Amino acid sequence: MSATAIPATQHHGEKKTYLTADHTIKSWLLTTDHKRIAVLYLISISIFFFAGSLAAGLIRYELTSPRGHLLSSEAYNKTFSAHGIIMIFFFLIPSIPATLGNFLIPLMIGARDLAFPRLNLLSWYLYSIAGVIALLAMAMGGVDAGWTFYTPLSSLYSNTQITLTLLAAFIAGFSSITTGVNFIATIHKMRAPGMTWFKLPLFVWAHYATSIIIILGTPVVAITLVLVIFERAFQIGIFSPELGGDPVLFQHLFWFYSHPAVYIMVLPGMGVISELISCFSRRPVFGYQFVAYSSMAIALLGFFVWGHHMFLSSQSTLLGVVFSFLSFVLAIPSAVKIFNWATTMYKGSIHFRTPMIYALAFMGLFVIGGLTGLYLAAIGTDVHLTGTYFIVAHFHYVMVGGAVTAFLGGVHFWWPKMFGRMYNEFLGKMSAIIIFVGFNLTFFPQFILGYLGMPRRYHLYYFAPEWQIYHVLSTAGSTVLGVGFLLPAFYLTYSLFKGPKAPKNPWGAKGLEWEETDPVPITENFDHKIVVTKPAYDYDAEEDSKLYEPEHKEEPALTGGKH
Amino acid sequence: MAHAPAHVDPNADPVYFQYEDIDQQQETYIVGMWAFLVTEVMFFGALFLTYALYRWKYQGDFYHFHEQLSWKLGGINTTILLLSSLTAALAVHFAQKKKTKWQVGMLVLTILCAFGFLGVKTVEYGAKFEHHLFPNKSFVYGEAAHEAFEKEFGSHKPGTFTQIVEKLDGPEKHQEGNPARARLFFSMYFAMTGLHGVHVVVGIILFTALIYLIVRKAPTITDYIPTEMVCLYWHFVDLVWIFLYPLYYLIPK
Repeated sequence: MSATAIPATQHHGEKKTYLTADHTIKSWLLTTDHKRIAVLYLISISIFFFAGSLAAGLIRYELTSPRGHLLSSEAYNKTFSAHGIIMIFFFLIPSIPATLGNFLIPLMIGARDLAFPRLNLLSWYLYSIAGVIALLAMAMGGVDAGWTFYTPLSSLYSNTQITLTLLAAFIAGFSSITTGVNFIATIHKMRAPGMTWFKLPLFVWAHYATSIIIILGTPVVAITLVLVIFERAFQIGIFSPELGGDPVLFQHLFWFYSHPAVYIMVLPGMGVISELISCFSRRPVFGYQFVAYSSMAIALLGFFVWGHHMFLSSQSTLLGVVFSFLSFVLAIPSAVKIFNWATTMYKGSIHFRTPMIYALAFMGLFVIGGLTGLYLAAIGTDVHLTGTYFIVAHFHYVMVGGAVTAFLGGVHFWWPKMFGRMYNEFLGKMSAIIIFVGFNLTFFPQFILGYLGMPRRYHLYYFAPEWQIYHVLSTAGSTVLGVGFLLPAFYLTYSLFKGPKAPKNPWGAKGLEWEETDPVPITENFDHKIVVTKPAYDYDAEEDSKLYEPEHKEEPALTGGKH
Repeated sequence: MAHAPAHVDPNADPVYFQYEDIDQQQETYIVGMWAFLVTEVMFFGALFLTYALYRWKYQGDFYHFHEQLSWKLGGINTTILLLSSLTAALAVHFAQKKKTKWQVGMLVLTILCAFGFLGVKTVEYGAKFEHHLFPNKSFVYGEAAHEAFEKEFGSHKPGTFTQIVEKLDGPEKHQEGNPARARLFFSMYFAMTGLHGVHVVVGIILFTALIYLIVRKAPTITDYIPTEMVCLYWHFVDLVWIFLYPLYYLIPK
């Protein structure tokens, strides 16, 4: 293949985009184009997100009454397990890397595709097979061991579809590993001439750090889940105390992956936020190198804090203190990011468009989620708070308030690039605000509940009926949150068919994916040879900003619509 | 991870469209392969950690259990695998020198070694099954346990292991190591050597595919990198065994 790709042209002279290159179903299911695989992933993870949300809705509805009025205890256990398993293994872990990362990394570094396109397709198939197996397991009776599968409940006592679900998680792990290997090879070797490491967008840095976590952590949990499957099949005794095994070993192996896994979920989100904040503030990211290194620091330190999940699981105090200290250290690189984003906005020319509102929501929610994490990293307070709704609230602030908000912000930001259509800006802003309000209403009461002692995974609290008000508030909030999530599903789908055509660069953003491609990229990504000369985030706050304006304006967009 | 096309066309361009040139393609393959090997190290790493924990807790017992394994057969297998690593390395050497016949010859030798390894392994596993040392329902360890087992359940009926263990609780019956821990040891043994065996089988498949593509003169194979990638994998498989052998067959008292 010669160095420059030949632009694919249609009969009428109009270029074929990656979406219109071929219309058959086969061309989608057997595609090796990273952009199409990203779209396939986007559809699949959306389905799982709504399945997981349904389970969440059931949980919230059940908890409005201290005695429960919908689910039996057994059904409740299965519902929260389904919620956790679907949301973590089938939504959060692949959400940003497999959709936005897949779509954007080659575009951002000036490559024609990922390093291993067929491996990329394999990743989606593994994910789909795993997803089908997991749903099958739920249809065949479900799982009651929670998403953490703690032994010996999962290995010895539970009589539900554990084996099948573990198999699904195992296969999903390999889907994740193939993506990680692909990203690492791509980012190392596929960068365009001139694209040095420190010209890479921070989105790419974040995905590089994420990929390192994936390839170091995921195999460990994969083999651990296999051991649990063997334990169920043969009673081999690795996690069974009566045979000399150690059930806490499972927790060590599980959290060695699953703590870094929360960074798999949130680091790509941080990458998205760096792009959004800098674009809509019209300023380069403040302290670019610090933000890049902080991603790597999070990836590295993330592997040394798993013990803070086990302060109460037979861990020695000395070990607890060490893990506690390291967990506090880990707060530093996260704070570096937050401070640098805030400083990026300072004296910037800020445009309150939908993606920016999502980005600001991320910052607010992530700070709350992160700081409440410090209460849990401190051994003294953790003894009181662990296993309560405080944990539930903290985790959701980081994962939903962080990762999901960033995901939605990123989808809104790159939607015109992915599909060539503009969505309704007013509805977009509304959705961001509704999600922010609904989210806080759902999860803030849970901090109070946890502080008061409401244990997680309980569905009866008749012994403390005074908690009901917080549960009712939380459920009300989740309803608002549900509306917030449904809105984008509708107006984004609508925009695919009826939305106005997007210009090449609606946000006036910098970066190869905006400046060097067609409005919707062609299959080969670029029709000319890319040589990078400019640094990343070459914004100028003084420059006249040109943002996309809809023909029939609902409101003056540049000032955020408040007059 | 050999990116081989389904229909082999000797005149096709060996460089895939996403790469600028052959150098970039090869370097990317190697980076991808090493990243994959990192995942493999972590994959086995979890098992080695588990082993380390229980060896540390039950060193005395592990010494007794390991006497059930034949260090001679293990030693033969170690030799066979080391030899196969040599032939694999030579295959890369001849690939670089473009001596295709020698390269294929070395690859065939490597495959033969791999089959030899699996053959010896089959003999070992067969003996374990015969002696009720595979951790399924009929698992029995130690002479006293055998007697108790036969007394309780007849000679070949499956029994509940824990029942037997309860009967044997007492240090005087533990000259052969605490039978309660035997199941753990043999579970680990089968898990780790079994996973390693699966990797050997995958290696055989990869080598066979590689030879097929070389013989068919597939364009992607004209250069030594695909051979190097498969051989890197093979050295890893060899390396895992280098650790497994002393950890299971050569436990000191």
